[in-house]
Amino acid sequence: MKREELIQLYSKALLIRLFEEKVDWLFSRGRLWGTTHLCIGQEAVAVGVISCIRRADYVVSTHRGHGHLIAKGADIKLLFAELLGRREGYCMGKGGTQHLCVKDVNFLGTNGITGGGIPIATGAALSIKLRDEDRIAVCFFGDGASNQGAFHESLNMASVWGLPILYVCENNMYGMSTRFSMVSKYEDVAKRACAYGIESTIVDGMDIEKVYSTTEKILSKVRNGSPFLLEAKTYRFCGHSKSDPRLYRTRDEEDEWKRKDPIAQIEKKLLEILPEKELHAIRESLRNTIEESYRYAEEECKELDKDEALRGAYAYTNAYVSQGDIQCPR
Amino acid sequence: MRTQTLTYRRAIYNALDRLLSEDENIIIMGEDITEYGGAFGVTSDLYRKYPKRIISTPISEGGFTGIAVGAAMTGFRVIVEIMFMDFITLATDQIVNHAANIHYMYGGQLTCPVVIRTPAGGYRGYGVSHSQTLEACFMSVPGLKIVAPASVSDAYGLLLSSVYDNNPVLFIEHKLLYNMEVEFDFDTEPVPLGRARIVREGRDVTLVSHSYGVHLGSTALEELLSEGIDVELIDLRTLKPLDIDTVVESVRKTGRLVYLEEGNVFGGVGGEVVSQVVERCLPYIDGRILRVGKADVPIPASISGEREVLPDIERVKEAVKSSLSWS
Repeated sequence: MKREELIQLYSKALLIRLFEEKVDWLFSRGRLWGTTHLCIGQEAVAVGVISCIRRADYVVSTHRGHGHLIAKGADIKLLFAELLGRREGYCMGKGGTQHLCVKDVNFLGTNGITGGGIPIATGAALSIKLRDEDRIAVCFFGDGASNQGAFHESLNMASVWGLPILYVCENNMYGMSTRFSMVSKYEDVAKRACAYGIESTIVDGMDIEKVYSTTEKILSKVRNGSPFLLEAKTYRFCGHSKSDPRLYRTRDEEDEWKRKDPIAQIEKKLLEILPEKELHAIRESLRNTIEESYRYAEEECKELDKDEALRGAYAYTNAYVSQGDIQCPR
Repeated sequence: MRTQTLTYRRAIYNALDRLLSEDENIIIMGEDITEYGGAFGVTSDLYRKYPKRIISTPISEGGFTGIAVGAAMTGFRVIVEIMFMDFITLATDQIVNHAANIHYMYGGQLTCPVVIRTPAGGYRGYGVSHSQTLEACFMSVPGLKIVAPASVSDAYGLLLSSVYDNNPVLFIEHKLLYNMEVEFDFDTEPVPLGRARIVREGRDVTLVSHSYGVHLGSTALEELLSEGIDVELIDLRTLKPLDIDTVVESVRKTGRLVYLEEGNVFGGVGGEVVSQVVERCLPYIDGRILRVGKADVPIPASISGEREVLPDIERVKEAVKSSLSWS
C-alpha cells in the first residue's frame, strides 16, 4: 500500500479512536447525557470498508456507529453538537448517538434497534437497482443482529433480486453480554450467507489494510448486482455501553485482543516509513480537531429549544392538486 | 362527468393505476401481488402495465416493510400491501421505530413516504389471526397517519392523498367493503387527509365511526329513524390527523355521542374521540356517552361466536337509545 494511502487510513482510524475516547471522557465527567456505544477496537472495519467506497454510496449503520459516520466523512463539530443535543447537530439534537443521519454524505443512519438497519439498507439497494444508478449500499451490523429475522429476510430478498449491497458483519463476539458461540452453532456469521445464495468471506477485522484490500476485491461484484457478506472478526475494547462492567469476559481475553490493536498495528508499519516526528504531528493535529470541535459544540451551539422539540413529527406535504399538475415535493 | 358503477376494490385499483402512471417514483410491494393479483384481487393486472414497479415479495412482512422504508428514504414513494391487517404485527418494528420516526429523529433531513395498505375486519369466520381491526394500536404513534375509508370515492380519493403525503400512512381497507358497488365519478378529486365527513345530518344523537362501522351505523340509523330518533352520522375517514372539530360541533348541536368501531372498545379509537369531546364540550352533554365495539376477547371462528364478540346493528341501536338519557 502506498505511503499516502496508509497515512490516510491511519488518520481516519485515529480520528475515530480519539473521538470515542473524548466521548468516553465526557460521559465519565457527566458532561454527556443518555448512553453511548463506543467502537474503540473496531475502527479498522469502519475505515477499511468505507475508505473503499464513494461518497454517493449509501451506508447504514448500527447502534455502535460513530466510527462508520466519521469514516463516511462527517464533520466532527456537528457530530459533537448532535451528541450534546444541540440544534446545530446533524439531527438538531433530536436523534443523538443511536439515530444519527447525514444526508449529505449518504449516511442513512445509526440505528437503535439491533438489525433494524438491515432491511433499510436493502431498500436503499433496491432504489439503486430500480433507478439503475451507479452506486451501492453498505450495511453494517453486528453478530447479535445476525440472529434477527430482519437479517435473514433481507439477505434472502437481496439475493433473489440481485441487489448491489455489501453486508458487513462486525463480529465482535458479543451481543451485549451474550457470547456469539452461546447463541449460534456456527462461530462464523459468514456461513449463513450460503443459505441465501450469497457469497461471503471472512477478514481479520483488526487489520485495516486487510479489510481495505479485501473490500476492494469484493466491490466490483457488488457493483455488478451481486450482494456479498463480509464478516470482520473484531473486538470492542470497552463495554457494550457506558454502564457495562464486562463480567462476561476475562481480562486475559481482552488483553489478547488489545495486542492486536488496529491502530497500534498501523502505527508500527508507518514508523518504518515515516519519522516519529511526522506521526506525532498527525496525532497532535487530530487531537486539536477533536478538542476544537468539542469546544465549538459546547460553547457555540444552542440547546434544542422547547418549540423545536415539539416540531417536526410530520413532514410538510403540499396539497395534491390534480392530474397533470402534480405537486409532489421531495 | 365520467361515471360508472365501481366497487371499492376497483376504486383502489384505479387510484393505484393513476398514481403509477403519474409518477414513476411510485412502487408497490407485497405478497402475491403479481399473477395472483393480491389476496383480495386489488392489484389485479397492474403488474402487466408496470412490470418493474409491482414487486412481489417473499413472505417476510418485517423485511419488505423495512425495504420499503429504505426505498422511501432514498426517493421512492412506496405502497406496501400487508395481506391481512393481523400480519402488520410482523412489520411493527419498521413502522413504529423507523418509518414513523425518520422525519423527526433525523432533524427533517429525510422523509419516509410509505403507505401501508391493509385489509382489516371480521364477520367472515376467519378466526383470531385473520379478522382483527388493529388501528387503535397505532393511534399513539407520532409521525404516522391513519386513514380508514368507508366509501368507494373516499377509498379512491384518500389513497391519492396518502401516497402523495410525505409521511408514512397506514391505509386501512375493509374486507367486507371490497365488493361494495356504487356510481363513481371518475373526476373525483383527492380527498385531503384529516377531514371527517358528515354522512347524514341529524338532531338527536351524534354517531361517529370509521371504516365498515359507518355502514353498520348507517343501517342502524335508518331503523332508528322509523322509531323517531334522528341520528347524525359522522365518518372520521382519517383517524390521524383527527378531525375532532367536526365531531365537537356536532355534539354541541345534539348533546349526545356514541362511538362505533369494529375494534376493541377497551383501548379503542372511541376512547380518544370521547375524551377529546369531553375535554371540549362537557357542558353541552345531555345523555350517556357510549362506545360500541368489539368485546375484549379474541375473535372466535364460529359464526355465532363472532356475532357475539363483534358489534352489530342491534347493539348500535341500543346504545343510541341509551344515549338519549342519563339512566
